[in-house]
Amino acid sequence: MLENLKAIREEAISLIKESKNLRECEDARIAMLGKKGKVTEILKNMKSLSVEEKKVMGKETNLLKKEIENFINEKKAELAANEKAKKLESEALDVTEPAPKMRIGAKHLITTVIDEVVDIFTDMGYEIVEGPLVDTVFNTFDGLNSPPNHPSRDMTDTFYISKDNVLRPHTSSVEIRTLQNREAPFKIVSPGRCFRCDTPDATHSPMFHQIEGMIVDEGITMAHLKGTLDYMAKKLFGAETKTKFRPHHFPFTEPSAEMDVSCFKCGGKGCSMCKGSGWIEILGCGMTHPNVHGVGNIDTEKYTGFAFGMGVERIAMLKYGIDDIRYFYENDMRFNEQFK
Amino acid sequence: MLVSWKWLHDYISVDEDIVEYCNKMIMSGSNLETCKKVGDGIEGVLVGKIEKIEKHPNADKLVICQLNLGSENSAGDPEFTQIVTGADNVFEGAIVPVAVSGSKIPGPLHGAPAKDGGVEIKSGELRGVLSDGMLCSATELGFDDKVAPMASKDGIWILGDEFADKLGLKLVDALDIEDYTIDFEITPNRPDCLSMIGMARETKATFGKELHMPETDVKNADSDSKPEDFVSVEVNSDDCLRYTARVIKNVKMAQSPWWMQQRLMAAGMRPINVIVDITNFVMLEYGQPLHAFDVRSIEGGKIIVEHAENNEVFVTLDGKERKLDSSMLMIKDAEKSIAIAGVMGGMNSEIEVDTKTVILESACFNADNVRATSKKLGLRTEASSRYEKGVDPNLAITAANRFCHLVEMLGVGNVVDGNVDVYRVPKVSKPVNVRAARINKVLGTEITAGEMIEIFNSLECDSKLIEGEAEDKDAVICVYPPTVRQDLEAEVDFVEEVARIYGYDNLPMEIPKSNTMPKVTESWKLRKMARNTLTAIGMNEIQTISFGSPSDLDKVNIDEDGIERAFVKIINPLGEDTSILRTILLPDMMQVLSLNYSRSIERVQAFEIGTTFLKNFIEEGGLPYEDFNICLGSYGEGEDFFKMKSRVETLLFELGIKNPIFEAESEYAPYHPGRCARVSVKAENGEEVELAIMGQVHPDVADNYGIDAEVYAAELMLGPIEEFSNREIKYKKPAKFPGTSRDIALTVDENITAGEIMNVIEEDPDEIFKRAEIFDIYRGKQVDNNKKSVAIRLFYGHDEKTLKDEEVTTVHRTILSRLADKLNASLREQ
Repeated sequence: MLENLKAIREEAISLIKESKNLRECEDARIAMLGKKGKVTEILKNMKSLSVEEKKVMGKETNLLKKEIENFINEKKAELAANEKAKKLESEALDVTEPAPKMRIGAKHLITTVIDEVVDIFTDMGYEIVEGPLVDTVFNTFDGLNSPPNHPSRDMTDTFYISKDNVLRPHTSSVEIRTLQNREAPFKIVSPGRCFRCDTPDATHSPMFHQIEGMIVDEGITMAHLKGTLDYMAKKLFGAETKTKFRPHHFPFTEPSAEMDVSCFKCGGKGCSMCKGSGWIEILGCGMTHPNVHGVGNIDTEKYTGFAFGMGVERIAMLKYGIDDIRYFYENDMRFNEQFK
Repeated sequence: MLVSWKWLHDYISVDEDIVEYCNKMIMSGSNLETCKKVGDGIEGVLVGKIEKIEKHPNADKLVICQLNLGSENSAGDPEFTQIVTGADNVFEGAIVPVAVSGSKIPGPLHGAPAKDGGVEIKSGELRGVLSDGMLCSATELGFDDKVAPMASKDGIWILGDEFADKLGLKLVDALDIEDYTIDFEITPNRPDCLSMIGMARETKATFGKELHMPETDVKNADSDSKPEDFVSVEVNSDDCLRYTARVIKNVKMAQSPWWMQQRLMAAGMRPINVIVDITNFVMLEYGQPLHAFDVRSIEGGKIIVEHAENNEVFVTLDGKERKLDSSMLMIKDAEKSIAIAGVMGGMNSEIEVDTKTVILESACFNADNVRATSKKLGLRTEASSRYEKGVDPNLAITAANRFCHLVEMLGVGNVVDGNVDVYRVPKVSKPVNVRAARINKVLGTEITAGEMIEIFNSLECDSKLIEGEAEDKDAVICVYPPTVRQDLEAEVDFVEEVARIYGYDNLPMEIPKSNTMPKVTESWKLRKMARNTLTAIGMNEIQTISFGSPSDLDKVNIDEDGIERAFVKIINPLGEDTSILRTILLPDMMQVLSLNYSRSIERVQAFEIGTTFLKNFIEEGGLPYEDFNICLGSYGEGEDFFKMKSRVETLLFELGIKNPIFEAESEYAPYHPGRCARVSVKAENGEEVELAIMGQVHPDVADNYGIDAEVYAAELMLGPIEEFSNREIKYKKPAKFPGTSRDIALTVDENITAGEIMNVIEEDPDEIFKRAEIFDIYRGKQVDNNKKSVAIRLFYGHDEKTLKDEEVTTVHRTILSRLADKLNASLREQ
């Protein structure tokens, strides 16, 4: 009998070894361990044996059964792995084939620049305030301390819709609105469209965008103006950016300044972009004139403040080397789509 | 303001080099546009005298000149250089610049532009005759055409006889040409800087140097006669603040000396003759315009300053006829007008070559009047551009005296002693009290009163302490600004003076402490969300100009009585096509689509968020109504009505409009009558409020824009969207018990809309009915003509239990029978 077991073992091992797939492996299992399998038959035929023999044979047969089972499981695992590998291999793709396009649209470059600048100021606690594009002569000129015969009031400079209402030539009109509607202290930033009677060419557009900013609080000094705008320049153009404040004149600020930043192309050495000077003019600013604060009945002895305004197109053009302002409003998709 | 570096040194000495000078001036408030070197590119050009001129044998327009360049042959006889020229202003004896063979000139030359490093001149033959170099014009030597001296205009530069002993010398040395011209940008508050002395004052304050004022005394004035013997002055208008006159007899007309011409040319003015040149020279020195009249042309020996007659016609010095009105201030004699005050003299009183007696006007006119006149006439001159910004009336006599001093110095006339001066309300310096503490408070500095007084004194503002001590930072200073500084009127003006002279660079830098919270408006937030959503679904943002034209509205088929025609007109537009403010964004969207279509861009998906304007109906003269619209537009493969509808729905959902109603609109002419929907929302009172309109753009409109493709568009109004936006999130636990769905196919008449079907399904909903979705609409062979089969999936569920089949069936049957009854639909359950 034990001889028999040995023969069965051999047969089983060779059957399992030779099975080429899971089905053949299962057939082998059935031939050995199935209801009519050879090992099962032996167990069934053990009735005729003596107790002693039964004990020995039972033990041996069960051991064999276990051994075959293990063998089969191992073989099955091996075959399954092979089959999976084959399947994966057959599923291989040419990863260089084109994928279907998922389009993401581009924000307009002007929007992007406005968002960048405005975010810098909202991070510093500034509130976004907007004003109408058509505003009163008072809000655009008189309130801003502009002399009654200032050339910017001329019909050759500013668009009028009536004697008293104009298309605002700057976002500064929002300062006057805010001063009239708010109690100090406040900090605002105000982006938006502006209009001037300029015939379109590479550097002029009758419509353009500005970002205005204003702060009114106790103890605000020109040092704060310099510090705030220097911080903005570093955030916008990079930490290595340097700023220079040059005296200038605006009716609504005193002292007034223009801010230059170190040229972001050459770093200040002088190149074609900065016309050799190493500096690029970015914005106008100053300590708000007491006459302007007076429009909002602000106590000018208690409160001081500063204001600034910058051209968005200019910054966008400088940052990306765009040489014609008209591209912004032409909206050739090949232009717009580049600024994603 | 063009400032010659050399000329500046007549008034002040500067140790710094030109670059350092410019940098420091910029930082003290005198920004500059450019700084150019004069005399660059001239190499080896000599001073020569034309000894002999002969006709060219082969060319009528050319002559052969023999030039004396000061060289001699071994025998000691003069040796000439032969040069052929085509210029017609040459004459024997003329002293001219000679570019000998091998020399260099900057150009422009023969129509070619100026070249860096210059152009080398070589000997050559001109029509068979040797020319050993060339004679130069001022332009060819790098001077602007408009400053070339009158005598040499459009020809060879004729140098004065003062160079007769400089033959053969280098032109650059003989004329002392090398200089820098600095173009300062003068802000409108500083008209005093439109003068050499003004800029010298700024230099003084910046570098702390002594200022040397020009000499104005007249040593040998003729006291046999007095000005009143020649002229009397009568001022009949307050627009004339001061009128002074002086008289010069025995005038000798000549060219002015080179040093004066050189200074005028550097300042951008053309030398004309000695008298005109001196008036211009003094104007450039002081900023006080002067005008010279020939006494012969002053009828009745009278000068009357008064307004013009309406419709009066007057010929100005430039030969042009000007039509005047009664607002314009004139200089008249007993009979006629002889000058437009502060703007330009008349042809009838011009200085002539044979002028013997000159009446010199040094006056001050009202700035606004000069500006208005100059603007109305479209005539801006060096004089008007100074008067219109404001000239100090206290300059008049000084400038007139300086003129007389120069006349005497150059020996070109005899000055009559005394002057006529009509000056009713003399301008005096108004003192201002300035608090040092205020200045320090605004600047964030700790500057002492003593330092401030030093700064004021450097600016020629007399100042004294009236409270506190020099070392105090809170003393009070009384400042007397000179009358030439019209911009210094109040304390605040002196804050800037201290700041700029102290140096902006020397102010500290700090970030203010924040005690405010950032805030944004709902409108800003919605626009940002719209932009994010639309770009995320593949649309590009565009921005177009807010102007429009009534014809744009025609182009998109807007009805004659459409609200879109309640536009705001611009009084002074750049042109008809930009003459109104836009009421809708569609025309500009169409324009952009059209541009891209014409440039063969295959597919465009674009949007704009922009302001629209409507006339203010309620308040006459009130500000227009402004609102934001969002316009979507597309054409190209894959674009159809439902693609656009899907964008509109997605956008509205993101903006907090969860249940928009789409209704067919066949009357709105910009859109296809069968492919247009009005989008609205139901208000609490049950009224429908319009939010948007969308659809396929009418093929006629697409055609108007040259687009031969289906164009889809939508225009949403942000105002009502903001009003109905509800972005509040109410959390609900995910359902524990699975729901079930049943599909139906419904055959209905073609004219029954999907919206109607959904309305019938959703009316009076049972507790277990969740929602329904149309997932297919079939038209074709399987259904009758004029019918369609609509496949719908209905979802049922309950929050607290798993539904039994029978429960679902009951509700489902009710819905089905309602559909059959109301829509005459035949049903097929699946």
